[in-house]
Amino acid sequence: MSTTNDSPAVEVLGATMTFNRGRANEVVALDPITLTVNAGELVALIGPSGCGKSTLLRLIANLIEPTAGTVRVNGKAASQARLDGDYGMAFQQAGLFEWRTVTRNIELPLELKGWDRTRRRERASEMLDLVRLGDFADHHPWELSGGMQQRVAIARALSFAPKLLLMDEPFGALDEMTREHMQGELGQIRAKTASSIVFVTHSIPEAVFLANRVVVMSARPGQIAAIIDITLGQRDELTREDPAFFAHVTSVREALRGLPASHGAGVDDR
Amino acid sequence: MWRRAPDMDNRDRRVGDTRMRDAARRTLMFIAALALAAAAWEIYKAVGPDNGGDLLGMHVLPKAENRAMPHIWEMLSRFRHAEVRGSHRTIFDSVASGAWYSFRIALAGLALGTAIGFGLAVFMARFRIVERGLLPWLVVSQTVPLIALAPLVESWGGRLHIGAFTWQPWMSAAIIAAFLAFFPMAVGALRGLSSPPPASVELMASYAAPWRSTLWKLRLPAAVPFLLPAFRLAANAAVVGTVVAEISTGLRGGIGRLVLEYMREATGDPAKVYTAVLGASVMGLAMAALVASTEKLVMRNRRAGAVA
Repeated sequence: MSTTNDSPAVEVLGATMTFNRGRANEVVALDPITLTVNAGELVALIGPSGCGKSTLLRLIANLIEPTAGTVRVNGKAASQARLDGDYGMAFQQAGLFEWRTVTRNIELPLELKGWDRTRRRERASEMLDLVRLGDFADHHPWELSGGMQQRVAIARALSFAPKLLLMDEPFGALDEMTREHMQGELGQIRAKTASSIVFVTHSIPEAVFLANRVVVMSARPGQIAAIIDITLGQRDELTREDPAFFAHVTSVREALRGLPASHGAGVDDR
Repeated sequence: MWRRAPDMDNRDRRVGDTRMRDAARRTLMFIAALALAAAAWEIYKAVGPDNGGDLLGMHVLPKAENRAMPHIWEMLSRFRHAEVRGSHRTIFDSVASGAWYSFRIALAGLALGTAIGFGLAVFMARFRIVERGLLPWLVVSQTVPLIALAPLVESWGGRLHIGAFTWQPWMSAAIIAAFLAFFPMAVGALRGLSSPPPASVELMASYAAPWRSTLWKLRLPAAVPFLLPAFRLAANAAVVGTVVAEISTGLRGGIGRLVLEYMREATGDPAKVYTAVLGASVMGLAMAALVASTEKLVMRNRRAGAVA
């Protein structure tokens, strides 16, 4: 298949995931999932705990192999995309290396890709400006607040300019104020870098505020229950008070409620 | 929005002040501890039974008479005496050169043991199956009595001739020290190398980083807080191993041998043997100081109190 610019960022075709296959504790984490993320799009995955949204993200990242089905990233096999550095990743825990300064944390993927020192320094300082942490270049992670650490993690994920960003509840450990601020920042970063994003979250307003499409998943076995298009246009802080915003929040909530009652647990309305 | 806090620039200076105060306090505590031990010794001598005593029906209380427990000042003054009557060499000269000789053997043993222990840990961290097969044997290795091992090492080494290389007797002692030192290192390093959280390992996997890079950039730095306590244990083990090896292989020139020799004169000159014991303690303290300064050097860019 060609790898032209118009190939989708992510194509998941009938992927299933079964853990502990053939054993007594066999778990079907994902029933056949088919999902396409278009180039430049932000897709949010939302659903109760255990619905397999993180598993789906790990399949796309090629950190695990699907039991059946195929996963393609930028028109290539997921394993090739991982080797080529086609995506960057950010987790709920910032996961910065505490023995490295902020700058050297951002440089980590560049070191692994064999960039020379001058180019690394240059890129790291560009990234620090992007996440507005220029004053903290030589600080160590423990000297930073949770929100600042998460911005460093995002800068690290974006440092080698991947076309795709995979985020697993990146703001899940932050307080509400920081969280809303970070959502705004992510919007601005996205406008500057034009990357595609797959974003796993527990929060309905977060999903609606950020996404072009919200994929609602159900649990045991994990499958897609609904896909909701979000038509809010350009977002800013006023978006959060827009009636259309609430209408979308309501429709995502109803899609989640439409699931059997026991499956609705674990999703925040905040 | 987040400006540099105004007191950040003063931070380094303040940290420096605190360090100085810490060092001064630690030195004072050390001197106080020495004085306390000396006082306890002399007080027991003053009030303890001369011929020892019974406690709960067992003969456990040591004899307080001068032959069994010489006065502290007796021991210290002995350092100025000639080792053998009529010789220019004082006991201090002998103890100092013996301690220095043993110290170097212990260092060699520590270096070898650290290298082997760390190598084994990397091997075990790389291949889980090796860990399962090897770790129990490492534990078993530490139950081998050193007294039995010493003559074996001595005779194996004696038969070793590679080109111009001939086995030196001190090498047997270093090997035995290494045999004790490698174990805490292997166990500590294995724990440290397996310590990074799954998210960090996944992060490296997402960069398609080979195992070698993951070791170098993630596992090894993450292991440092585990390596330091392991290194401390290994250093102690190397000192103990050296002294025991000197005694059981009969190696001359070290402090272990000196303890043995002076012990033979204990009936005539009880204070003399304590000079060698003090020399051995000073050697142990020197090793501890060396390890502590290594820790400071390695941890200078880490969060305070991060040692596991």
